Amino acid sequence: MFEYDFMRNAFAAAAIVGVVAGMVGYFLVLRSQTFAGHALAHVGFTGATGAVLIGIAPLWGLAGMTVAAGIGMGLVGERLAQRDVAVGLVLALSLGLGLLFLHFYQSFATQATALLFGNVLAVDESTIWALLGLGLLSLGGLAAISRPLLFASLQPELAEAKGVSLRLYAVMFLAIVALTTAECAQIVGVLLVFALMVGPAAAAQQLTTSVLSGLLLSALLAVAEAWLGIALAFYSDWPTSFWISTLSVAIYLLALVPGRWRGASAFSH
Amino acid sequence: MNAIEFHNVTLTLGGRAVLDGVTLQVAEHEFVGVLGPNGSGKTTLMRAVLGLVPAASGGIQVFGQPATRGNAQIGYMPQMRGTGGGMRLSGWDFVAGAVNGHRLGLPLHGPRARAEVYRALELVGARELARRPVAELSGGERQRLLLAQSLVGRPRLLLLDEPLISLDPHHQGAVVALVKSLQRELGMTVLFSAHELNPLLGAIDRVLYLGRGQAAIGTVDEVITGPVLSRLYGSEIEVVRLQGRIFVMSGDHDMEHGAHQHEHDHAHEHGSSAGRRGGGHV
Repeated sequence: MFEYDFMRNAFAAAAIVGVVAGMVGYFLVLRSQTFAGHALAHVGFTGATGAVLIGIAPLWGLAGMTVAAGIGMGLVGERLAQRDVAVGLVLALSLGLGLLFLHFYQSFATQATALLFGNVLAVDESTIWALLGLGLLSLGGLAAISRPLLFASLQPELAEAKGVSLRLYAVMFLAIVALTTAECAQIVGVLLVFALMVGPAAAAQQLTTSVLSGLLLSALLAVAEAWLGIALAFYSDWPTSFWISTLSVAIYLLALVPGRWRGASAFSH
Repeated sequence: MNAIEFHNVTLTLGGRAVLDGVTLQVAEHEFVGVLGPNGSGKTTLMRAVLGLVPAASGGIQVFGQPATRGNAQIGYMPQMRGTGGGMRLSGWDFVAGAVNGHRLGLPLHGPRARAEVYRALELVGARELARRPVAELSGGERQRLLLAQSLVGRPRLLLLDEPLISLDPHHQGAVVALVKSLQRELGMTVLFSAHELNPLLGAIDRVLYLGRGQAAIGTVDEVITGPVLSRLYGSEIEVVRLQGRIFVMSGDHDMEHGAHQHEHDHAHEHGSSAGRRGGGHV
């Protein structure tokens, strides 16, 4: 399957996005902000369709819109008691607006499917370079703030007392998450960003108890699931995103098994 | 030099004056128990010492300097919420997160940082907890781990916010004894808030009792009296001493125990949900 350009491109794109999504997703799960990641991807849909409408590449509309929304969500912060309701409403409005933009655009059916469910086999070389640039930006930002971000995630009150600004890191982290969802959307689409950002990270947190091994395992799982998904799609002719999301869920469920088994043996003693 | 000085301090929370014109001093190396009904401002007072809640009026000094955020001389143990993905991490990673946690960069730890983590774990006798996930620890073990985390950075002043919550009497006694021995060994000043006075008797030098925006500080005999507590509760309070234990009564209702009972109910909820989670692992 590697004799085809589009397959080599797909594997390269999946490797880049897998590493970024695995690592950023690890912190997303650690901070219990997975719903925010999901919502950001939806907001990105509006950005992408808007970009198509005015004639620029959807990736840039996606990235610009998600980052703006991520920063906005970070600034609003956790004070809103009904945060889920607010995020959910923004999410619905975004998809609605995206649909309207598609309505004005001619060939909307294929565009919509590609945006919603991804089309990794259509990734060209220029997109790979864009993904690499965005990926390095995300990982560079994450590397710079990871220590205070971890402290603020584990013990917010103590971190605040030690001089860590919770608001600042919440905003910076959500901006990084936004960039990452824009990248993931290229592979699995805006609706299935969970498959790459949450599944591998949640599985890694079941299997490891240290931050560094968790981060590495999460990235490894995300790349492995994406690659295996592409290979399975190549041989089965079923959609890539179906395979990736199925693998993501299956590996998470498998990751729960050792803990359950330990629990069972502990109780039987 | 005093560890903490409040000069006519007013603290407001959501427009309500939690402390209203309070003046008090805590000397260095003192172990002070902080008591008072729910909402009397025990947590707010600690957050003010940390510089997280600015005084609406008056001045707060810590070791002779105005209270500011990020004071490395203060260790803080907030109330544990026990939620979030961080609970899957090992005790070691949980404590290590606090080492230089305010600095930018990767969460990598050199030999000195690792030694600091092991020192803190050993001080509270929690070295054997280092490898287990926080989620699998008992309430008492978690409190020891949080105490270790608060000792990172070798603070001179330790603020402990309700460390006895959801612990049974046996574990409560163990936590108080541990904090007392650490305070002596390391020469620290300690503020220790609690719902009930009795577990702290014998360990504390003085008691700081909060209520209705006011504060009374002094020895147990000075503060835990009918007239002082009646002023703080705003109702007729009677203090009953029985076999070395002290009961704060309003009519025939035990004020502290009432609050404590409430916490116990919480503890049972937590306990049973933890049990369910454990059961889920079966």
